[in-house]
Amino acid sequence: MITEIICAGFGGQGVLTAGKLLLYAAYKKDKHVTWFPSYGNEMRGGSANCNVIISDDRIASPYADNPDMLIVLNGPSLEKFQNTVKPGGRLFINTSLVDEAMVTRTDVELFKAPVTDIAISLKNERAANIVMLGYLCKKTNLFTDKEFENSMCEYFEDSGKGKYNEKNVEAFRSGYNLD
Amino acid sequence: MAEILLIKGNEALAEGAIRGGCRFYAGYPITPQSEILEWMGKRQAEVGGVFVQGESEIASVNMVYAARALGVRSLTSSSGPGFTLKQEGIAYWVSAEIPGVIACVQRYGIGDGFIGAGQDNYWQAIKGGGNGDYHLITLAPNSVQENMDMAYESFELAEKWRHPVLILSDATIGQMIEPCEVRPYKEYDKDQLDWAVKGTPIGQPNKIVSDVTYIEPIDEWNEYYLNKCRKIIETEQRWESIHVNDAEICLLAYGISSRIAEGAVRKAREEGIKLGLIRPITLWPFPKKAFSELKNCKALVTVEMNMMGQFREDVILYSGNKYPTYAITTAYKVPKIDDIIAFAKKIIAGEIEPEEVF
Repeated sequence: MITEIICAGFGGQGVLTAGKLLLYAAYKKDKHVTWFPSYGNEMRGGSANCNVIISDDRIASPYADNPDMLIVLNGPSLEKFQNTVKPGGRLFINTSLVDEAMVTRTDVELFKAPVTDIAISLKNERAANIVMLGYLCKKTNLFTDKEFENSMCEYFEDSGKGKYNEKNVEAFRSGYNLD
Repeated sequence: MAEILLIKGNEALAEGAIRGGCRFYAGYPITPQSEILEWMGKRQAEVGGVFVQGESEIASVNMVYAARALGVRSLTSSSGPGFTLKQEGIAYWVSAEIPGVIACVQRYGIGDGFIGAGQDNYWQAIKGGGNGDYHLITLAPNSVQENMDMAYESFELAEKWRHPVLILSDATIGQMIEPCEVRPYKEYDKDQLDWAVKGTPIGQPNKIVSDVTYIEPIDEWNEYYLNKCRKIIETEQRWESIHVNDAEICLLAYGISSRIAEGAVRKAREEGIKLGLIRPITLWPFPKKAFSELKNCKALVTVEMNMMGQFREDVILYSGNKYPTYAITTAYKVPKIDDIIAFAKKIIAGEIEPEEVF
């Protein structure tokens, strides 16, 4: 079993961190996992993305050429990546900033959530990425909510950002509790 | 239980060097290896070492010469044209038998090139990028863990032979994160070395660590140097073999390409296609002993990220040109498992001949 994920959005929306949270959660489940970022020139255009591969076996390539799951937090990322998603794959869009009419794929499962608006309503705008991860955990069987919450808190604790854990869990739950 | 870090390959390389006793680093930023500088800047301060961002690559490589001549385990790193700038300095290390370590995080392209991954520094790295008769002992990591482990042991390897070591990584291995087990700190006493320069009492001659041209009888030195290189070739060949014994077609690949090649071997075997893989861990010395494991091989196929099949030339050379030898060259794109298997099927079906020139 191998799952390939791309997280994409504007720089500052936390898509690289979202990928690292998936990486860490997968690592805690004893999966093989790789994370690969956009870097250098590619970053200077203001967009960012990362590829996360989660597998039961050794991982050959860290590139998600045809992701099973695509998370897009802004419009340009949808345009850039939607055609790469595997047929039957899952597309998660942030409807606060992405126009649903831009989705051209009809052979993927579409999941929509206004995660930026939700994050703003929680007075935690920068946690839109975490709201989306909550929604992703609800709609896939990658991680249970408890597995993800625990690994997320541990990750932030390790990176010296543990004091925001309560707010981050709140953001995660509000994504997870979406229908 | 050993500590596991989730860090980039570049960071693992820097941390491996620190744990292996590196207490001097000089370098100059260039994508995709700048994380090595960033990590070193933080960590050398913590372990009581020295970090210098030189004014250029040329200054940095020569600072490493100086620090290493004083006995300190020292590293520099670069990529693309930055690696080119260091070649003159590296040739001087070889001549002076300075056991410095350099990492090249390969990026693709000629001249300035691009910042994405590539494997088109092979000729430069393996055939001697500077002037004179030399190869660097060259290690080729294919994971974040190997970036750490190879940097960790590189200083001892270089000191064993009084010869520089090159860690030939690439942008993919350097930028990706994987779980990586951290190694314990090595003890190292630079003052125990008999060759390192230090203060001498008044009246005694100064010790000199210099380019051999100025201080040795050349015939004697040449013989010694050649013997040293022959011993390195005999004793330091390393490789990994995967399903090689019964392989009908044997892939050869290093670094990032070897991961894809390994994936292709696993998938092809499920389909009943007898693919194997020889993965060089040292590129010099080339692990030519590995070819003796082949029993039923019909063809060799290199998988490499360049246009001209640079690595294939050495495979032909070291296999004694006994097999038809093909190259799957993917330039700046990382190879794909299915493309490798499709290529192998075409060879089995007799549909393609090896190209002489790409």
